Amino acid sequence: MSGDTSVQPATALLVLGCPQVPVQTSIALYLISRLKRAGIVPVVAGNKAANMLLVIADPDRHYLGEVMDLDRAVAQISEKKRDFDRCFVFIHNDAGISYAATMGAISHGKLFTLVYGEHFEELVSQIEFPCTTIAAKAVHNPLPLKKALDEVAPWAA
Amino acid sequence: MGCVESMNYEILMRDGSFKECRAYIKEHFTEYIEVQPGFKILDIPVIGIPPIAIGLDRDFIIFPYTKPCHGTFLLRVEDTAEAARLRAVKKSK
Repeated sequence: MSGDTSVQPATALLVLGCPQVPVQTSIALYLISRLKRAGIVPVVAGNKAANMLLVIADPDRHYLGEVMDLDRAVAQISEKKRDFDRCFVFIHNDAGISYAATMGAISHGKLFTLVYGEHFEELVSQIEFPCTTIAAKAVHNPLPLKKALDEVAPWAA
Repeated sequence: MGCVESMNYEILMRDGSFKECRAYIKEHFTEYIEVQPGFKILDIPVIGIPPIAIGLDRDFIIFPYTKPCHGTFLLRVEDTAEAARLRAVKKSK
């Protein structure tokens, strides 16, 4: 008699914000690449525009795996139909803080907040829930946020 | 999952912050219930920083609705059954 010894790979959800700040798409693809290299299965959840920016940029799906609608992701997690080991929430406005707080409340996964944009320090000061915050003043150039991400290396956490 | 677009809603506040919406509910409605994120209002999981205030005014429900690009809207929807359900939830707490 043999039992099922298969081990499910770790998973990560990337919760995208409004794509009006250019660094989001670049950092999302970079994070997906690092997660996949670490054996973690990334799933992206965003609104239509945020998702399409990624899908169009990666037509052969070298980086992207599953891409889902943000509202559907929130519904599935809150209904306990699905969960992820890690959750990364992209934040550059008040709505991003609300989504991060929601993920922290409904998901059992380790929460990371990626805060960027012109007013990133003000946003960081509003985060009053448990999470690991990765923040940098990055709007057009993703390098400051990439450096902050590399220092934390959440794919290894 | 419910869809806001299928509802007959009134927008009480638009492009506000989540905290402004919570303050508005507590200032303008004597009857409200506090819920956790993911709690469903009209079959829609509510987004926000806990505790999330939901206002009740006769058969009207006043709740925050957040979209990534547009911030938080404060919506007012009439639904007798849902208002009764929320009052029952409040009573059971």
